[in-house]
Amino acid sequence: MIQADLTVILPEIVLAVYAMMALLGAVYTTKDGMAPLLVWTTSGLMAVLAIWIATGGHGTNVAFNGMFVDDGFSRFSKVAILLSAAAVLVMSQDYMNRRGLLRFEYPLLVALAAVGMMMMVSAGDLMALYMGLELQSLALYVVAALRRDSVKSTEAGLKYFVLGALSSGLLLYGASLVYGFSGTTLFSGIVQTAKHGELSVGMLFGLIFLISGLAFKVSAVPFHMWTPDVYEGSPTPITAFFATAPKVAAMALFARLMHDAFGAAVKDWQQVIVLLSVLSMFLGAIAAIGQRDIKRLMAFSSIAHMGYALIGLAAGTELGVKSMLMYLAIYVTMNVGTFAFILMMERDGQPVTDIEALRQYGRREPGKALAVLILMFSLAGVPPMLGFFAKYGVWQAGVQADLTGLVIASAVASVIGAFYYLRIVFYMYFGEETEEALDTHSSPILWAALMGSAALMLVGVVYQFGIEGAAAAAAATLVN
Amino acid sequence: MDNILSIVTFVPAIAALILAVFLRGEDAAAQRNAKWGALFATTVTFLVSIGIYTGFDPANTGFQFVEEAEWFMGLKYKMGVDGISVLFVLLTTFIMPLTILASWNVETRVKEYMIAFLLLETLMLGVFMALDLILFYLFFEAGLIPMFLIIGIWGGKERIYASFKFFLYTFLGSVLMLVAMVAMYVDAGTTDIEALMSHQFASQSFSVLGIYVVGGMQTLMFLAFFASFAVKMPMWPVHTWLPDAHVQAPTAGSVVLAAILLKMGGYGFLRFSLPMFPVGAEVLTPLVLWMSAIAIVYTSLVAMVQEDMKKLIAYSSVAHMGFVTMGIFAANQQGVDGAIFQMISHGFISAALFLCVGVIYDRMHTRDIDAYGGLVNRMPAYALVFMLFTMANVGLPGTSGFVGEFLTLMGIFQVNTWVAAVATSGVIFSAGYALWLYRRVVFGDLIKESLKSITDMSSRERAVFTPLIVMTILLGVYPSLVTDIIGPSTAALISNYDTALAAAEAATQVAETH
Repeated sequence: MIQADLTVILPEIVLAVYAMMALLGAVYTTKDGMAPLLVWTTSGLMAVLAIWIATGGHGTNVAFNGMFVDDGFSRFSKVAILLSAAAVLVMSQDYMNRRGLLRFEYPLLVALAAVGMMMMVSAGDLMALYMGLELQSLALYVVAALRRDSVKSTEAGLKYFVLGALSSGLLLYGASLVYGFSGTTLFSGIVQTAKHGELSVGMLFGLIFLISGLAFKVSAVPFHMWTPDVYEGSPTPITAFFATAPKVAAMALFARLMHDAFGAAVKDWQQVIVLLSVLSMFLGAIAAIGQRDIKRLMAFSSIAHMGYALIGLAAGTELGVKSMLMYLAIYVTMNVGTFAFILMMERDGQPVTDIEALRQYGRREPGKALAVLILMFSLAGVPPMLGFFAKYGVWQAGVQADLTGLVIASAVASVIGAFYYLRIVFYMYFGEETEEALDTHSSPILWAALMGSAALMLVGVVYQFGIEGAAAAAAATLVN
Repeated sequence: MDNILSIVTFVPAIAALILAVFLRGEDAAAQRNAKWGALFATTVTFLVSIGIYTGFDPANTGFQFVEEAEWFMGLKYKMGVDGISVLFVLLTTFIMPLTILASWNVETRVKEYMIAFLLLETLMLGVFMALDLILFYLFFEAGLIPMFLIIGIWGGKERIYASFKFFLYTFLGSVLMLVAMVAMYVDAGTTDIEALMSHQFASQSFSVLGIYVVGGMQTLMFLAFFASFAVKMPMWPVHTWLPDAHVQAPTAGSVVLAAILLKMGGYGFLRFSLPMFPVGAEVLTPLVLWMSAIAIVYTSLVAMVQEDMKKLIAYSSVAHMGFVTMGIFAANQQGVDGAIFQMISHGFISAALFLCVGVIYDRMHTRDIDAYGGLVNRMPAYALVFMLFTMANVGLPGTSGFVGEFLTLMGIFQVNTWVAAVATSGVIFSAGYALWLYRRVVFGDLIKESLKSITDMSSRERAVFTPLIVMTILLGVYPSLVTDIIGPSTAALISNYDTALAAAEAATQVAETH
């Protein structure tokens, strides 16, 4: 029996065992000297696991009496999580190395966070959910404070930890209420209780607390307060990581919990998510206008983007989940490219985050500037870039689910949001000449990530590498 | 050639790609190559597009040269032209080589400049050919990006403000249209424009947020599309982005903006608003007609007091677009024919007028009307060309401007005499501002020191104007060149519109009696 269960969670076991073995290995040998190697092996392993999961798995497999679910939905999310984590890890090597931040724990913490995220998207039980979430979060708290000698970085880590603990508390309280009123922590059991007409008040309370806890993880307004500070304070590669894989994992977990455990009570959670979505889109769009720091700007941008992705979830339909998954995949691709660029923003070897430093960048570095231009318009959702089709997808789901008001609101928010993406283009192309130019050298990995992501935004319009089909299949397994 | 439309659309984009990849450096040779490359590509596009004109069968009111392929997310790559769109395609391919030729004096970032214009041409052509809602939106909206850059990089002093205003204004209009498009897809289950034209959208009145909406869903969708096209057109009172954009844009940017981009709004009304939402269109027709009449009179008056030549012509464009919307929503043969004719003719005339400003701006670097005077003494050829287009702008019989204005006024007279009366006064106002502009710039004594050494048009500039002069006069004396092609398609459009309205009315009556 146990063997069958273990087979299902083999990828997670492989990654977890690898992380622990490598940790021991590094401690007993050269410690930080092994870090560059570990970065490559970790990201290589993640990429291999991603390919394995993408090609190997089929059907729905359940392990540990339904506590762990391996289905199309979780596989899609896992592939997105592993690939983006691997990409960000590789991108960070040069930056971390030059600042003496490349400790051997770093790639392994990312690997453990990835295990947590894989656990999250496969959770079929409130306990499994919490376990995955905490494994991910604890690893993230540590990497946020990786730069111990920087006040901002330690502040970011601490803030993230305290608020994260609060959100975990909310989540656990919600979970306990749900358990108390349904008598089970299994999603498949909860959904049975929810099926009998209206949700009881206790269940409803539990649901709201669960949503609050998860909203914190996806940084949806009004649970977003940590995001700008943590994004700004953490070392840039860590910020890039925060903006990609954990967002996918948290959104996927959100969708799984809503559909698997409360799929029978769509009306009850729909209104809450609509509110989260509207607030996130508008706050993300408006608050970013005043930002000069590109990392804070990207923090608000990610808040807004989570708002758009939540439209797909709010729809509560198969099409909604499909469009949400596609949105996340496209969002992650755009962010990998954008952060590759932010990592390149240096002057005399020191990182620069002020967007005014980009003045006349288009003249000095036409190729990179063009790539950033494409990414910015894509983030703003202007066709013909792929970012537009991401928005189109969630809007389609929204209108179909009779959420036209939400879709109109998001249309207005996207216009407001377009302003700050345009402003980056404005500095690069229309800005006044400055004396203090950014450094022109850059690592080939970052260059490739930036160019690749920008190229995908255009190529994706013609050919999508089967993402749409995979997302549709994933959504079909989740919503039935 | 089965895929001539795709060829015409993407030749400029491919040329832009070649320029971007293979052209290196900023030296004189690279600049020259960029200019000649762009001129060559746009000319080839024009020559190929003549094939569309010769192969087009005006009697066939359906879509011709149709290309279809599956895309993703349930969308289709579908292109085609009918009598309404074919001339816009030709107008675009015709104007573009002239635009490139007119920007021969650009010196900064020539390569990027040419790439931006080539991409813009692809996107503009795509708008007129797309037969899939989202494909249309893609081309329609993507055109903002090169235009944003053209105004922002090569524009005048206030270019930043103008480019942001241009982008955000039009973007807001368009996203609302996108929401309506999504709703159309959800309702009809297809994004195929041809199929949507025969789809009946619900027109039962209902209340939304406590407001009683006559015409129901159709009215709401009409409004969403209207938000986009009215801004693009631009109609009063959402025209304010246009003068800013025109004044700040480089000459070639103004030419493209006035000659082609503005026509997308009118084209959109004809392609979507009338055929797909007939009930909504009918409900809101009085509003649109009065907005047009106000636009004609108000912007003509505003044009009179302008000190900046480009701003004056920009306001005159708004007034002329007022005739177009008026003609379209008259919804009869003369009105719609006149509207299309007016758009085509305005494409030539406004392009020529902006080029006229460009000629003297290149020499004096000011657009202030007061800085000029007496140019006829030193620039006789210029004075002649400018006079011809001033007269065409006023709508003098014998020029193409007359035909469009006359037809639209005739169309509207049958529908709403009051609007026609108000709009006709616009003809007099336009004579007022245009002739006054001409007198102040060209006539009088040449007393300004700075103008004493001004030179007449070069042979390149004459080459740019010749085709425009020919077209303006040709269409003025032989308008059938246009009306024969558009006639059958507009007739079909109007009969479908009337049928749909009658059907909806009958349905309402049935609903009321039960």
